[in-house]
Amino acid sequence: MQPFTSLTGIAAPLLRDDINTDQICPVLPLRVLDPDYGAQLFARMRKRPDGSDNPDFVLNQPQYRSAHILVAGRNFGCGSARESAAWAVEAFGIRCIVARSFAELFRNNAVRNGVLPVVLPDGAMDVFQAKVVAVNGATNFMVDLSQKFIVCPDGSVFPFEFDAADRAALLQGLDEIGLTLQNAADIAAWELRCRKTQPWLQSTDRQAEPK
Amino acid sequence: MPQTLFDKIWNAHLVGTRADGRTLIYMDRHVLDDVRAPHAFRMLERQGRDVRRKDLTLVVQDHSVSTSPARTTRIDKAADVFVDATREAAARHHVRLLDVGDPEQGISHVVAPELGMVLPGATHACADSHAPTVGALGALGFGCGTTELVHILATQTMTLVKPKQMRIRFNGRLGSCVSAKDVILHTIGKFGIDAAQGYAVEYAGTAIESMPLEGRFTLCNMGTEFGARTGYVAPDEATFAWLSGRRFAPKGNEWEQAFACWRTLKSDDDARFDSDVSIDCDGLEPQVTWGTDPSQTIPISGVVPPSPAGHMAAHDRALSYMGFTPGVPIAGTKIDRVFIGSCTNARLSDLESAAAVVRGRKIADGVKAMIVPGSTTVKREAEARGLDAVFRNAGFAWEESGCSICAGGNRDGAKPGERCVATSNRNFENRQGAGVRTHLASPAMAAAAAIAGKLVDVRQMMDGH
Repeated sequence: MQPFTSLTGIAAPLLRDDINTDQICPVLPLRVLDPDYGAQLFARMRKRPDGSDNPDFVLNQPQYRSAHILVAGRNFGCGSARESAAWAVEAFGIRCIVARSFAELFRNNAVRNGVLPVVLPDGAMDVFQAKVVAVNGATNFMVDLSQKFIVCPDGSVFPFEFDAADRAALLQGLDEIGLTLQNAADIAAWELRCRKTQPWLQSTDRQAEPK
Repeated sequence: MPQTLFDKIWNAHLVGTRADGRTLIYMDRHVLDDVRAPHAFRMLERQGRDVRRKDLTLVVQDHSVSTSPARTTRIDKAADVFVDATREAAARHHVRLLDVGDPEQGISHVVAPELGMVLPGATHACADSHAPTVGALGALGFGCGTTELVHILATQTMTLVKPKQMRIRFNGRLGSCVSAKDVILHTIGKFGIDAAQGYAVEYAGTAIESMPLEGRFTLCNMGTEFGARTGYVAPDEATFAWLSGRRFAPKGNEWEQAFACWRTLKSDDDARFDSDVSIDCDGLEPQVTWGTDPSQTIPISGVVPPSPAGHMAAHDRALSYMGFTPGVPIAGTKIDRVFIGSCTNARLSDLESAAAVVRGRKIADGVKAMIVPGSTTVKREAEARGLDAVFRNAGFAWEESGCSICAGGNRDGAKPGERCVATSNRNFENRQGAGVRTHLASPAMAAAAAIAGKLVDVRQMMDGH
């Protein structure tokens, strides 16, 4: 896992609710195994139908082209489980998304790609969004995962909650499978028990061939 | 302490606690599709790891395959990459593959239950958001990303945060031509697109008990569209009858043993849910979406709603994308395409309900309509009942199985501005192709729209028929 400790960068406001994975990384262009994911991020919002840049889209505005922090509304990342949505965010260079809430599958994918999904409660979020809009990409924000806060250019501080295990994994860039395999004996013991109590769950012998 | 069915399955699959405090939950089965398999196996190989339980692993080809009646193994040059890479990876790792051309090929969420790979009381993982579909059998399905999928391949476990629990009781009974799709669209419309976020949902109540079993798949499938982490219906006699004799279901003595175990799979009478709500299904009308998310649903007799205070921008964007002005009746909206297919609504009972509407009729001039069975098994069973002829005679294309134009992943998609009535689960902007306007509905409603060339109340079409 790519570690995340702290980040200093421009914060771009995309203040919509329910931004879905089809918007974050459209399906159709991904018919190659390893596309340029950064170019796919919000592809249909960034481009006009004729293929030219949409100058109104936030990440196309000069002050936000190298944003590292994205600020959104509620239910960010709803829709698909496709990890390409998180890959596109990361490849573009965004390492932190601040939102009112996240869809769970996207949130999990983000964490596993070193992208920090920060939730601010509604009251704080209203104030924070106003600051992001007012700063307009002129100055950096700072996100600190070890201290669990965001510092705005005016010095104001926004603390946030973060899952302890995910925080530890991000701070250290842990190998999650390696961590789980420390419990390899537990897994084997579970399987042994299951073979006795619900043997049908531990076997997929071909019991009958298809007609 | 009284327990919900979710608690019971969860507790039975607790493997242990990891050093970082995370709970490890055993996954009894997992399915990889052609969108994730190439990356997942490659990531596993780059870590120098192997598939821990090849026998519990199933690989399917569904997202990228052609559904053309004349298909070989290909959709177009680009998608070959995924189909070929999936085939090669399955061969390298000696895991079971339902390839193009296999008599059991189909959409993962249709195929895994149909084969009896999913069983009551089991856990099931799939790197696709609609993994909870299999909850219809009283199993717990969990969606995940590709990195999590690699974790499952290597360890047969997931690190899950235990969700909160919700029960939705569907009271009353459904009228004629009203089905599970109408129930769940109405529910999402009423509660909102993220109402079940962070919850495992138990679907219960008289309307579920009396629903055809396959409707339960539709319900659990669409739970994803209001954020449910997973969802289930407690198994009953209908579940066991549906499962009996399926290929990977237990047989003989083992079936008897399993049956005794499965009959205990229900929430205790006094189990507590974090949220306990109900929906009245008496008088429920057929539903259709007017907007660009599944919560933007209205009954077919309804009008396109005006913007609510506070959500102007999103609502107005949906109106603009869909080409509607508020106050317009949804019935009578002219349509261009009809897609009956997907993991939501392409099982045999779905095709039967559409065929009942189509029989003896023709699709309207200018409408292009297609039937894409959820699996090759469903296709074969439908053909044995003569449904293919009913659809073909009416002017429908009768396709091979796959995900098809649910997510625009097929040839011959709709054009910008065209309206497509789809039995799938998402009506997001551009999902079915740039500028395509999707209206979600049940198979019966989609069939009626194909005949009429516009959105209509299927009940009126069926009156006196």
